[in-house]
Amino acid sequence: MNPLELAGAGPGPAFEVTFDGRRIEALPGRTVAAALWAAGVTSWRTTRGGGRPRGVFCGIGVCFDCLVTVNDRPNQRACLVPARPGDVIRSQEGTGRAD
Amino acid sequence: MRTDLAVIGAGPAGLAAALAADRRGLRVALVDAAPEPGGQFYRQPAAGLRAERPQALHHQWRTWVGLRDRLATSSVRVLSEHHVWCVERTPDGPAVHALLGPEQEKPAEVRATAVLLATGGYETVLPFPGWTLPGVVTAGGAQAMLKGGLVVPGRTAVVAGTGPLLLPVATGLAAAGVRVAALVESADPGRLLRHAGALAGKLPEGAGYAARLLRHRVPFLARHTVVRAHGDTRLTGVTVAALDAHGRVRPGTERRLPCDTLAVSHGMLPHTDLAESLGCRLDGLTVAVDAEQRTDVPGVWAAGEATGVGGAALALAEGHIAGRSIAARLRGTVPDPGEWAPAARARARMRGYAAALDAAYAPPAHWTDRVTDDTVVCRCEEVTAGTVREALALGAGDARTVKLLTRAGMGWCQGRMCEPAVAGLAGCEPAPSRRPFARPVPLGVLAEQHEQHTERGPS
Repeated sequence: MNPLELAGAGPGPAFEVTFDGRRIEALPGRTVAAALWAAGVTSWRTTRGGGRPRGVFCGIGVCFDCLVTVNDRPNQRACLVPARPGDVIRSQEGTGRAD
Repeated sequence: MRTDLAVIGAGPAGLAAALAADRRGLRVALVDAAPEPGGQFYRQPAAGLRAERPQALHHQWRTWVGLRDRLATSSVRVLSEHHVWCVERTPDGPAVHALLGPEQEKPAEVRATAVLLATGGYETVLPFPGWTLPGVVTAGGAQAMLKGGLVVPGRTAVVAGTGPLLLPVATGLAAAGVRVAALVESADPGRLLRHAGALAGKLPEGAGYAARLLRHRVPFLARHTVVRAHGDTRLTGVTVAALDAHGRVRPGTERRLPCDTLAVSHGMLPHTDLAESLGCRLDGLTVAVDAEQRTDVPGVWAAGEATGVGGAALALAEGHIAGRSIAARLRGTVPDPGEWAPAARARARMRGYAAALDAAYAPPAHWTDRVTDDTVVCRCEEVTAGTVREALALGAGDARTVKLLTRAGMGWCQGRMCEPAVAGLAGCEPAPSRRPFARPVPLGVLAEQHEQHTERGPS
């Protein structure tokens, strides 16, 4: 049993997004974080100070640990932002801005 | 827009209040950050996933269906994807300021005669070595991703910490195909038994979870704790150990459990920022309310976790009472509490449960002993326990002084994640932290507010 089967999900066709240049499939309705988890990715940010990897922590938009760059917009919370067809998702290093 | 009542938060408390007020003829706006109503407890799979059996992930499904169907036939105006950052007192009543959509860059304003704060809560996780590794998530976060995205973070999970939330998270992950290697609860089940009288009504629920844990073969390790999460760039396992009666690790009991996911929680804290900026009196960490769920600020009510963490059933009762009180008060009448006696009885009973659970589930007394100096405490600003301890040695006596000396609590999350840990390391009780804005706000939005105020003239 997986979560989709458990909930009897019958989503429409998956669409493609890229993560750090790699093509991954995303199901309609999923957030960027959910799409990345489903593709086996659990970290997509490195911290400003120690350069340590981070991904989802609180999952509800409170902790800001899952920040990611989507279509060149840095600092998006992956757990809130829905994945859309063609999204270019990039790991965010530090502030996500050239500085 | 202008409305009679703005309800902030579309979880159990907000839904119950909105429906009760709508039924009594008020114009109600239900303002919520999520794309769909339900809050965290009733979080639904994203519409695009077309789930036919969402109830497989839920408890008290029939209650949700009732709320959902009543909302659909009501006149309540649902304002979803409105992230409220401030409620302002104005001469015409409260003004609710929000940011729109997941981008949170464009502002929106709702003006109301009354406002209900049903802002819910968020999880506390106390730090331990390795807790910042990818693969370590909050228990509620794992549940939210499962309920909303129908997705799990890995194949093998340990669910750990303390509190009643661990049970549905462990059984939910197991039902969704994750192997749950252990449920690690630091509390002593004996303490639950000591409150057996108060918790008698909760026994069937507890027995249901016990049966599900057995069915999914989830080992239950009571009086145990996770002492360390292992891994370099992601989680590969945890070390668990038994605790003695004083909350210290019993030497020689450490053992390693391989896992790719650790879902961890040490309780819940209420969101009180909006109440604080309105000037509402707090009682400890929660918003103080009277028997009608009124705060001490005229026109402002509060219900649900914001007034004391106690779960969905308590939130429903409090929301219902608040909605009826608001409907009566806005018509200029004094409500008759006899009309909501069943909800008041439920509220009293649920508050009793909450107090008993709170007493039974507490983080182990000596948890700070296990926080090594190199453990990051403030996840945003990457401030370690060693740095916090240096600040304490320099004379910092509370979380605020530690923050000024170390930056712990100055990051994106506004200190929500590290505050209980910093207070614990400082040896003081967590105090409400004053956040004038409940979330980060773009400077452009603030500048626009300023221009509006200037155009209107000084107020």
